[in-house]
Amino acid sequence: MEILVCIKQVPGSNKVEVDPVTGVLKRNSADAKMNPYDLFALETGLKLREEYGGNVSVLTMGPPQAKAVLYEAFAMGADKGALITDRKFGGADVLATSYTLSQGIRKFGKFDLIICGLQTTDGDTAQVGPEVSEALNIPCVCNVHKVDKVEDGNIIVDMEMSEDIEKLKVPFPCLITVQKDILEPRLPSYKKKKATADRGIDQYTLNDMEDKDEKHYGLNGSPTQVQRIFPPTSDKVQETWTGTGEELSNKIYEVLKKKKFTA
Amino acid sequence: MGKLVVHQEKVQDIQALIKICPFGAMEEKDGKIEINAACKLCKLCVKKGGGAMEYVEEETGPKVDKSQWKGIAVYVDHVDGRIHPVTYELIGKARELAGKINHPVYAIFMGSNIEKQAEEILHYGVDKVFVCDKKELEAFNIENYTTAFEEFINKVKPSAILVGATPVGRQLAPRVAQRFHTGLTADCTILDMHENTDLVQIRPAFGGNIMAEILTPNNRPQMATVRYKIMDAPKRNDQPSGSIEKLDFASDKFTSRVQVLGITKKPKETSIENADVLVVAGRGLKKKEDLELVKQLAEALDGDVACTRPLVEGGWMDAKCQIGLSGRTVRPKLIITCGVSGAIQFVAGMEHSEQIFAINSDPKASIFKVANYAVVGDLYEIVPKLIEQIKQGRGVA
Repeated sequence: MEILVCIKQVPGSNKVEVDPVTGVLKRNSADAKMNPYDLFALETGLKLREEYGGNVSVLTMGPPQAKAVLYEAFAMGADKGALITDRKFGGADVLATSYTLSQGIRKFGKFDLIICGLQTTDGDTAQVGPEVSEALNIPCVCNVHKVDKVEDGNIIVDMEMSEDIEKLKVPFPCLITVQKDILEPRLPSYKKKKATADRGIDQYTLNDMEDKDEKHYGLNGSPTQVQRIFPPTSDKVQETWTGTGEELSNKIYEVLKKKKFTA
Repeated sequence: MGKLVVHQEKVQDIQALIKICPFGAMEEKDGKIEINAACKLCKLCVKKGGGAMEYVEEETGPKVDKSQWKGIAVYVDHVDGRIHPVTYELIGKARELAGKINHPVYAIFMGSNIEKQAEEILHYGVDKVFVCDKKELEAFNIENYTTAFEEFINKVKPSAILVGATPVGRQLAPRVAQRFHTGLTADCTILDMHENTDLVQIRPAFGGNIMAEILTPNNRPQMATVRYKIMDAPKRNDQPSGSIEKLDFASDKFTSRVQVLGITKKPKETSIENADVLVVAGRGLKKKEDLELVKQLAEALDGDVACTRPLVEGGWMDAKCQIGLSGRTVRPKLIITCGVSGAIQFVAGMEHSEQIFAINSDPKASIFKVANYAVVGDLYEIVPKLIEQIKQGRGVA
């Protein structure tokens, strides 16, 4: 079984601040890491390989330094890696990002199963996985919290809904996004890290893609445009209330109601 | 649409320019500035770079004729015909947005045997409910639902579509957006409407520390998802208004390769780490039986009960319910502590909760330092009244 896991490098910390006077983003770009949700996707892929054989490939997109996450994945046991990187892919929104990924996947190889993490910790949209599946015209199941089994070219999975669990049978090729806690991700192995330090990876730029039309990538291929960014108006308050039991209970109730914790 | 151009001759201090970029997208190569793939085109370098960086607009292709796209549509989120309340909240918002540009409000309802439920939507102020009632839509299946959505969009051409950010909405909306090559903004917290029918979509970015205002100026339909309990639901009108229209098409358009094998009820979540609402019992409780008070409050708020370490040690509650360094770390939307003093080890396990109410009779209790609402009073007087009020508000008292 050929398995592909899509991974992303994200900032190590979410503590971003906007300077209220200049509007400049202050970001500590020092430590970047693999998106934590992707660890569960990778673990799912590795477990399936153990059980059913095949290869686990990893794909990422980003600046050249993003290839670090591919080597992290190698240290966990992934077999092959590819990086999609080109300045022309910069400023991409969900549509352009998923289209670029789908082009990169076509270039990278033929896969039976594509696994994505539920979402990233920086973009936080959970939309790229399902959009990639549509761009590849393959079926997709999101929110998978359990992989039952693989049989006769199908995968049987449990999808978590608000109140129910839906059991689905999906033929390969297909894409799933997995929830955190689906499996406990293994730790990277030092031995594997040493052994894979020199492993070559594929790099794809716009010129390597089947579709070379610049208008479909990066900012040009992005229907959504960020007009401005601004610090949130914090509704964090610190109030001290005193009074009789009834007064205090009234006050609590009013706030709970206003914030929709009760009807 | 456009690109960044570097005017190398105007670069005064390369390192200073590089530092402007929050994404580390500028590098020095042979004494020249180069932009790499990390660039998000936020244009900060254009603003702050003293003329060294320029943003050049590019010719764009034919623009969409916005007058051809009319109406704000809401996806009716449901499982087995049970309509998710986020649907009504979105209808309320759609009504308000549509009012600004004089557009109609539509609901798109797809499923099987849902005609009766469709009538209920007419009590919330929509102009039309499009009902796609097909047995292929009985259980959620992303391909078939996308097919029905596609038929709806092609027929009605709505200007904007709002979808609840539920487990279904969060996968269906992206699939539809990619099919129409249009923009989709996830988890909007504020929505507004420009006169030219551009939907203003505001959402937290970078983990919530920054808000981003987003437009989809050259594509239709515009799509956005919104989480439950962000918008206000309108009051149900006794009299229905608007009409129901059948959305029908040949069943051979359903070509899904996904097979639904079965649906089971999810077991109730019991871990305090996943709870949205927690009520915490502390040593201010006089005896074990009084835990009942805390439990009732939690129940009234659809939440769970947690406790501090002394209660676990005293055998009042299970260790699984303990918050703090030697217990669990929690981050609920709402936490109400009852008689908790706020030892540093406890606070470390809950200080990132979104709304913190602390009830304690000691005005000097250290829990008040992290509380948003420091309620100085006797929990035995406050909590029973609060439970009563919540029950009355829900009409179950």
